[in-house]
Amino acid sequence: MNLYQLIKLALRGIIDNKLRSFLTMLGIIIGVASVIALVSFASGATSQVTSQLEGMGSNILNVNIMGRGTQTTLTYEEALELKNPYISGIAPTVNSGMTVKFMNKTYDTSVIGTNTDYFIINNRELEAGKAITEIDLENRARVAVIGPDAAKELGMLNPVGETIKIGGNNFTVVGLLKSKGSSMMGSQDDMVIVPITTAQRLFQTGGVRSITAQAASPDDVEAAKAYLEADLKRLFKDDEDAYSVFDQTELLNTVKQSTSVLSMMLGGIAGISLLVGGIGIMNIMLVTVTERTREIGIRKAIGAKKRDILTQFLIESSVLSGVGGIIGVIVGFVLTKILSTVANIPTQTTLLTVGVSFGFALLVGIAFGVYPANRAANLNPIDALHYE
Amino acid sequence: MRGDCMIHIENMTKIYRMGKVEVRALDGVDIDIDEGEFVAITGPSGSGKSTFMHLLGCLDTPTSGTYILNGSEVSKLKQDKLADIRNREIGFVFQEFNLLPRLTALENVELPLIYRGMPVHERRERAKVALEKVGLADRTNHRPTEMSGGQQQRVAIARALVGDPNIILADEPTGNLDSHSAHEVMDMLKDLNSAGRTVILITHDMSIASEAKRIVRILDGRILSDEVVA
Repeated sequence: MNLYQLIKLALRGIIDNKLRSFLTMLGIIIGVASVIALVSFASGATSQVTSQLEGMGSNILNVNIMGRGTQTTLTYEEALELKNPYISGIAPTVNSGMTVKFMNKTYDTSVIGTNTDYFIINNRELEAGKAITEIDLENRARVAVIGPDAAKELGMLNPVGETIKIGGNNFTVVGLLKSKGSSMMGSQDDMVIVPITTAQRLFQTGGVRSITAQAASPDDVEAAKAYLEADLKRLFKDDEDAYSVFDQTELLNTVKQSTSVLSMMLGGIAGISLLVGGIGIMNIMLVTVTERTREIGIRKAIGAKKRDILTQFLIESSVLSGVGGIIGVIVGFVLTKILSTVANIPTQTTLLTVGVSFGFALLVGIAFGVYPANRAANLNPIDALHYE
Repeated sequence: MRGDCMIHIENMTKIYRMGKVEVRALDGVDIDIDEGEFVAITGPSGSGKSTFMHLLGCLDTPTSGTYILNGSEVSKLKQDKLADIRNREIGFVFQEFNLLPRLTALENVELPLIYRGMPVHERRERAKVALEKVGLADRTNHRPTEMSGGQQQRVAIARALVGDPNIILADEPTGNLDSHSAHEVMDMLKDLNSAGRTVILITHDMSIASEAKRIVRILDGRILSDEVVA
């Protein structure tokens, strides 16, 4: 008996028994749909987190100074001396929350004092104007680069060239940052950047507690970190609790790893429901075999071999799970769409997810169809013919 | 006893075991049936005629004995080989028609050819011709439930014929039919026999059996009498 004929027959059987077929397929539908929705959600979250981390800049090392005894900070010069051959840029930063005033509007924001490398390391591009220069640093110039959110809050339409007041001092806005959105570290657009030398006066503190360094290449990250740690250890007289060096690649890998575990777990849970759906198929196929014992007898009497009956029932169970799988894929897509628009959760549906879940559904249908089909194929034609 | 018959059966015995009790449904039957014969096998219920029909039709294998069909020994064959023989050598007509309710008349008739692996166009053509022969050319797309008993039995006969088998094995073919339809079916079987086909009729009804050319009576699993009528 050819395949096409058998599939047609199985489809007709599904249509003849709409409610029963639907209920049988429901397990598979829910299974496939939830695999797709959950994995799409997990991989959407993963790619959002990783793109945020990567957006922070690559090959980044963060140094935090906790201090030891009376020496709680580094000077700007000490911080710059931490530069080693594996580091392409180093940006000591000081920051403080301050009130910024423009015309008659005031706004509390984060004021960051740093150097020229900061812009390169953190991938900060400018929407308008220019960044802070070496000359600004030398002259302790009262210039500022403003973030788009801060500019907006202050009602500045064309910030470049305007004068703002920070802590009572006049600053000329020389640049406007390009928007970068918010990350796990908070908004990256709500800030004002000034030369670190100017900031030290403004904050009335000379100490640097935070340094961002960039390794020259991904291969240099480890060496750069080792040198940094060695230098810091010497500076703080072997007190390793006085500082910490943090590698962003490490963080990225940790996050990637934990989100992939998350997506596997979610997929696994949904996979179990697929398995349960398969048991539903087996159950109904066993009922079908019993109900159609007479049909099997007739088919055998007129020449059907074991293999013919086996194929017929296997195809029926795989058509059942296949149709369920297709409906499940559609439901999964709709569910994902709803999840991402209504709940505003980022999702990412890949062909692999769809393929694997559909394939698994089909496999479940075949696997759980084997036993009932085998039972049908082994029926004795006489017993089957006389079955009432 | 001749060995060159179409059907040669020697000392055929069938024993069913029901728990500890042994039932000898068939007890040493010998029979030869030639090509083109019209044989009625009769007997009361429980006589063993149904068992005999199953064995003749290769639906079951005997416990012991010889069954040579068209020159080959079939009593020791495996299920799949028997399926092949049923498909090619024997056309079944049952009391309960035994059509598949989900298939149309045409698809029911096609079924034996499908299991033979015949290409779709050829088998469809042959199924149509078979339905024409039984006078149901206008019912090809009807399902069994949309037809009368007589019509259903005619579809079953078309299904038995379509594979062009040597033997038509009819098990109480008129048992579920009114007298008019029964008459039609009997005429059809007679026509098939006149055209040279071997027809074996299993029935308990002597008036039906008397239409055959040879009547074999079975009682308690043995042949009681075997007489040529016409």
